[in-house]
Amino acid sequence: MKAHRRQPLYLAFLLHRLSGLGLALFLPLHFYVLGRALAGEAAFDEALSWTEGPLVKLAEFGLVFLLAVHFFGGLRLLALENMPWSNQHKNYAALAVAIAFFIACGFLLRAV
Amino acid sequence: MPMPNSDHIKVKVWRGDAGGGSFAEFEVPQQPAQTVLDVVTWIQRHADSTLSYRFACRVGMCGSCAMMVNGIPRWTCRTHVNKVVQDNRLTVEPLRNLPVIKDLACDMSEFFDKWKRAEGQFSGTNTRAQAVAAISPAEPARRAANAAIECINCAICYAACDVVSWNPGYLGPAALNRAWSLQNDSRDRRHGERLRAISADGGCLSCHSQQGCASYCPNELNPTASIAGLKKMAASAFFRSR
Repeated sequence: MKAHRRQPLYLAFLLHRLSGLGLALFLPLHFYVLGRALAGEAAFDEALSWTEGPLVKLAEFGLVFLLAVHFFGGLRLLALENMPWSNQHKNYAALAVAIAFFIACGFLLRAV
Repeated sequence: MPMPNSDHIKVKVWRGDAGGGSFAEFEVPQQPAQTVLDVVTWIQRHADSTLSYRFACRVGMCGSCAMMVNGIPRWTCRTHVNKVVQDNRLTVEPLRNLPVIKDLACDMSEFFDKWKRAEGQFSGTNTRAQAVAAISPAEPARRAANAAIECINCAICYAACDVVSWNPGYLGPAALNRAWSLQNDSRDRRHGERLRAISADGGCLSCHSQQGCASYCPNELNPTASIAGLKKMAASAFFRSR
C-alpha cells in the first residue's frame, strides 16, 4: 500500500468499499438459494441443509461481519455528511469495526 | 555553520520532466536540525547544479516547497530529516497529481485554475469609501471560516487526495476549503454562484471523506470538514428549491 494511504480513515474507506463489494457478490448466491423455494419445499430444504456445514457457517460469520461493518461504516459516513463536524472519526471507524466483530462473533457462538 | 559529521544519508531524488524520468542517488552529509529542503539544496549546490526544485520563504509560510518525502506529501522546509528518514534513506519526488515541469518542480496551473473554478475569489459589495464591515469573532459563520482560513496553497492536500488522481476534474480539497471559507464570509456577494460551482460535477459531492488531506495538511486544517459543510449547504439548497 502506498505510504500516503497508510492512515486509519483510508483503511475505513477501503473496508467500506470491499465489504460493499463482498455483499454485492454474495447477493446472486442469496437469490439463488431463495429461488430454490420456487422449485418446491424439498428443493428449498435441500439448499438450506447445505448451509448447515461448518465451512458455510464460518463463511456466514464473514458475511455477518461484512454486513455489520458496512452498516455501521455507512452510519458513520451519514453522520459525517449530515451532522455537525466531529474530530472523533478515527474512533468512530474503530468502533464500527469493533461492533461488527462483536456481532459476527455473537452469530458464530449461536451457530456452533 | 555546524561542521558536517561523518554520517551520510542516502537520498533518492526523482529526475526528469513531463515525458518521464528516473531516480538519481546521492549521499548527503547529515547535519544537526537538517530539513529535507536543506538536503535538496545541498544536492543542488554540491552534487548536481542542474537539479530543479522550488522554494521561497524556508519558514513554512509561502507553500512552495512541498514534495513527496518517502511517499508522503510534506512541506520540506519544516520537515526535519530525523523525523522522516527510514534506515538512513530518503526518497524525494515531485508532488503527486500535478504535471512535472522538471525534477521536483510541478506545474501548479491546474491547482490554481480549480480555485478559480470553485469561485475562490472574494467578491465584496462595499467600496473602500465605506466603513469596514463589523463581524464578531464569536459569530458561528466567522468561526467556521476561521478554521479554514490559514491555507498556504502548498497543494499537499491535493497530492494526498486519491479522488483527485481518480477524477482529474475533481476540484480538490484546497479549492473546496477556500470556497467554504468564502461561503461563511458575510461580506461576499457570490454565495449562490459559488454554491452552484462547487455542487457541479467534480465538486464537493465527489469527496469520499478519506481524510488524507486532513492527515497531511501542514497547517493542521481539515478540508474534509469544510467539504462536509459544503455538502450540507448543497443538500439544504437542493431541498429548499423543491
